[in-house]
Amino acid sequence: MTILKVKNLTKSFGGLTAVSNVNMELQKGELVGLIGPNGAGKTTFFNLLTGVYEPSSGSIELDNGDTVKKISGLKPNAITNLGVARTFQNIRLFKDLSVMDNIRIAMHKNVKYGVMSSFFRLPSFYREEKEIAEEAEKLLKIFGLESKKNELSKNLPYGEQRRLEIARALATKPTVLLLDEPAAGMNPNETSELTDLIEWIRKEFNLTILLIEHDMSLVMKICERIYVLDYGMIIADGKPQEIKSNKKVIEAYLGEEVS
Amino acid sequence: MNRIFNMKNIKTAAGVVGLYVVVQLLIMFNILSDYYQITLALICINIILAVSLNLITGFTGQFSLGHAGFMSIGAYSGALITINMTHEYSFFVGIAAGAFFAAVVGLLIGIPTLRLRGDYLAIATLGMGEIIKIIVLNLDFTGGAAGLSGIPQYTNWTWLFIFTAGTVIVIKNFINSSHGRACKSIREDEIASEAMGINTTKYKVLAFVIGAFCAGVAGALYSSYFYFIKPDMFGFLRSIDILVIVVIGGMGSIRGSIISAILLAVVSLYLQDFPEIRMILYSSILVIVMVVREKLKNGKFKFDGLPWKKPDKMRT
Repeated sequence: MTILKVKNLTKSFGGLTAVSNVNMELQKGELVGLIGPNGAGKTTFFNLLTGVYEPSSGSIELDNGDTVKKISGLKPNAITNLGVARTFQNIRLFKDLSVMDNIRIAMHKNVKYGVMSSFFRLPSFYREEKEIAEEAEKLLKIFGLESKKNELSKNLPYGEQRRLEIARALATKPTVLLLDEPAAGMNPNETSELTDLIEWIRKEFNLTILLIEHDMSLVMKICERIYVLDYGMIIADGKPQEIKSNKKVIEAYLGEEVS
Repeated sequence: MNRIFNMKNIKTAAGVVGLYVVVQLLIMFNILSDYYQITLALICINIILAVSLNLITGFTGQFSLGHAGFMSIGAYSGALITINMTHEYSFFVGIAAGAFFAAVVGLLIGIPTLRLRGDYLAIATLGMGEIIKIIVLNLDFTGGAAGLSGIPQYTNWTWLFIFTAGTVIVIKNFINSSHGRACKSIREDEIASEAMGINTTKYKVLAFVIGAFCAGVAGALYSSYFYFIKPDMFGFLRSIDILVIVVIGGMGSIRGSIISAILLAVVSLYLQDFPEIRMILYSSILVIVMVVREKLKNGKFKFDGLPWKKPDKMRT
């Protein structure tokens, strides 16, 4: 089943076309990689998927089981609430808030008690806050952060901040998870731990994952399919083995052979 | 439900009620002179204003320089109602109307201006405050530049106390709820906040409206305590005064706002003895407090000699 369908997606900034005519289909439960040289338009593509930018043309459709919904043109919060969550290339945690609060904020969309209930501490407030706290702690435990739940997120070491960001994205209960360079700045040990974690959460949370990554060891190991983006265009897609030997891809990364 | 009645809350409540009773007794036995009572009223009103501005600026991160505008709407609504309506409940009707109108204006102004960020928002809210002032100045029923006088004095220590404590509790409750966390996430990182599914526009406007509502209450209490208001009282400088309280107390700290409202009122009370250099001393104190506070916060405040006698570290 196709869960996310991108059709002829284009984004230009003035004269520069950052993403040009991209077509992509994600099947439910897939783990797909998006690679490409620096400046190829990968993050712009993510920003289009999550509504940070509005596409110049083309459309994005999300199938959440029973209805297909066009999500291009919606605001980021609306897209997240439909089940597309993301992390950021340069970590964007709520720095001066506790680890616990970071998670709880992401769970806000499921909160039913109203503003009045929060003013006057009505019973619904206590009931739901208890549920939120329990669920958040469960999530922190999975990510090995439960002992740091009261620490400010800016005080966490880098690797843990990355993990917290993934945990926070999961707290929005997504069906599609977009990871923007999750292994950036990690050492090989941390990367291999992260690789296992990504595979594990995909099964545990029943996710479809699209990830941007430069670390080829991670991409080749866990991605079932890979899209290669260069100058805003998809130049290749296929299984990791096919991508490795694709001439266009090698050219994009290393340049053409001198004849 | 028993979480409301835990030990900490009971102790706090006992302390708060104790404070009320002590001050009430001091007033009843005429130990606290009128002069001190006015300062006390100002402290209460400033606490309401500062805490509500802190919700907008300190917690939601939206810089507002027009808080006095909302206060004036509350003050004038309250005053006009209590003057024209000789009913025993007119005081409460006045406060409710003041808060309501301030909130409505907050909503109307918030929706367009809160698209702006940082400095731009500050300028827009500053302009908004001035526009409200000019409108009040040019209307007939508000008394123009001469203002309104003869407002019945219903505000007393009891009501000031109830409304101040009520505002603080309600805002604190809001901040420690999921809605409040949504507001704080906007301050921390608006893009991430949106990516987490928070409707940032909604929460910015909500914080603005709640802040305006409370400022309206403060304004109505103010007009009913001082029985005379004029547009000049609610100008740009009043907004700055409120902002100073918030900044000194710490952005995003309710307790800080309360302490700094009290502290600054006491400081200006004692500076009355030096009328010529009052503002110089006041400003100097603000600067010193800011410097010391920053060091205290970073936990590295120790007196290591006068600044000009410090060893030159660059040369080693």
